[in-house]
Amino acid sequence: VLLGADWAGVAQQVVAGLSSGGTYATLAVALVLIYRATGVVNFAQGEMAMLSTFFAWTLTQHGLTYWEAFAIAVAVSFAGGIVVERTVIRPVERASVLTVAILTLGLFFLCNGAAFWIWSPEVKAMPSAFSTRPLHVAGVAISVADLGTIGVSLLAVLLLWGFFRFTKLGLAMRAAALNSASSRLVGIRVGWTIALGWGLAAALGAVAGLMAAPPLGSFDQNFMQPVLLYAFAGAVLGGIDSALGAVVGSLLLGVFLNLAGTYVSWVGTDLRQPAALAVILAVLLFRPSGLFGSATVRRV
Amino acid sequence: VRRFARAALGLAVAAGAIAVVLVLPHWLSDARAAEFALAGCFFIAIVGLNLLTGYTGQISLGHGALMAIGAYTTAILTADHGFRDLWTIPLAGLVAMAAGFLLGLPALRLTGLYLALATFALAVAMPALLKKFSGLTGGSHGINLFDDALSRTTGALGSVHVLGARVATNDFLFYLTWGIGLALAGVAWLLVRGRLGRGFRALRDSEVAAASFGVNPALYKTLAFSISGFYAGVAGSLFVLVSNWFVNPQSFAFDKSLLLVVGAVVGGLGSLAGLAAGAVFIEFVPTWAGKLSDAPGAPSVFFGAAIVLLMIVLPGGLGAVLQRVARPLTRALRVRSE
Repeated sequence: VLLGADWAGVAQQVVAGLSSGGTYATLAVALVLIYRATGVVNFAQGEMAMLSTFFAWTLTQHGLTYWEAFAIAVAVSFAGGIVVERTVIRPVERASVLTVAILTLGLFFLCNGAAFWIWSPEVKAMPSAFSTRPLHVAGVAISVADLGTIGVSLLAVLLLWGFFRFTKLGLAMRAAALNSASSRLVGIRVGWTIALGWGLAAALGAVAGLMAAPPLGSFDQNFMQPVLLYAFAGAVLGGIDSALGAVVGSLLLGVFLNLAGTYVSWVGTDLRQPAALAVILAVLLFRPSGLFGSATVRRV
Repeated sequence: VRRFARAALGLAVAAGAIAVVLVLPHWLSDARAAEFALAGCFFIAIVGLNLLTGYTGQISLGHGALMAIGAYTTAILTADHGFRDLWTIPLAGLVAMAAGFLLGLPALRLTGLYLALATFALAVAMPALLKKFSGLTGGSHGINLFDDALSRTTGALGSVHVLGARVATNDFLFYLTWGIGLALAGVAWLLVRGRLGRGFRALRDSEVAAASFGVNPALYKTLAFSISGFYAGVAGSLFVLVSNWFVNPQSFAFDKSLLLVVGAVVGGLGSLAGLAAGAVFIEFVPTWAGKLSDAPGAPSVFFGAAIVLLMIVLPGGLGAVLQRVARPLTRALRVRSE
């Protein structure tokens, strides 16, 4: 009976799950980046990415192709992230984590409202980034758009990994995140590494938003909110201080959401979110620091 | 003597608060009184959240869901089981207390952001769950006590008789929510000053150190979640009465949970007066923001900007300002008493 199952359908669902999981992973890595630098989850990450996406959409309306708009939006978002850090996050760098978290929640409302204000509430459509023709592999039709999304997401995360692993600036940023006092002593400008982190996170967010929008067909100003939730959940599942964990957690989550929503009839589309969160909760109860997170050791 | 002076000051503050609550409806329009009553509901929930987050150091992004449980307890008992609405308030508190206990169980394993996600999961799941069990909850239509159980609601027909006097319904609801709110705030004040509060704070500052001094972390954490749940349940129950005896899943979308945390932090975790200011903030600032401009999205912009500015200018919340203002007074009192 098991062998009689619709394996082609399962394979398609897995690829589609990896594709949306890749989008979550990109945003999840952005969350981890800021978390490691400042100990705060940026609630506004998704809405910042939404602003980047709307900006890119405006560019496409003015005759630019998807990929031209993509490049410009990522660059502008990088600058925008730095500006946000310098103007609103820097003044509260000594405040408690909860204060900063609530501040980012304020940014969430601000960005969401601003997008409704600037771009009227009608739904928009983003031109698709990839060919819509399916690819046939061993009798299974796989969407090229899904494969492209997976590829772009992984490429973005790999580029970031390379930056942190192989450049002097990346090393400085890692050092600042690990021990800011010692980093200052060796001449690293810790404040600017945090600003750079916000810039990189915003750029990653733009990639996530621009990957998430086209498959939706039409999107509005709230389209990044579920993505942020899944990215947060994926990052926590993987261990909030681990970028690798965020990627693995998000990909697993994407696949699980698609399979559970399609094949478990009781779950359907209504209970997809609760079911995914319940499973994550169950995993966390056995591994309280996530799959790849480092256990916290505290001095008393 | 200093202790006596502090007690006297506490009594004076309490008397002042009661006086404000008694007098305020006379100066408020009917609609405004209803809005303040809603702020009173938020105040109760935030006082409970403060016990948990401010004193015990456990983050909860799921208190809106606990409010929902209290609200639906009141709605179901009144609509289907013949209870009078006011009598369901303590029952709603107890049911939500049980839910708070369950919500506290993950906290025995999880800390920080992991706990935040676990509690947020409940907030996100709650509307979907309420719709799923539609036999009990009326599905996405919710429950309307005004239609289903008019005879068992208090004041739905315009006024309420209290001790022989006729009180307009919205004034009555104002007195009800803020009266219960002040009483529960007083209980919270007493709780955190005793053995329980010391245990909570010890857990917040260092779990290991607290355990080595004989504070049982599992017991105290679940206690904090349970008590906090009771407060949220009472708040939810009152929320049904205040929002025209009507409740549906949309009233408790996850943003309600986030809003409560915003209120607690904006108010400044710690002082009760600050928490009242936080409750008023989350009830009124979105409304005021809506009056500034009709453009779509503009209210969100103003509300968000208010939060961002407030956090930059007052990282310690509104309560910290109140404390600073009151400091000359308390100092003078202390000097004289010595």
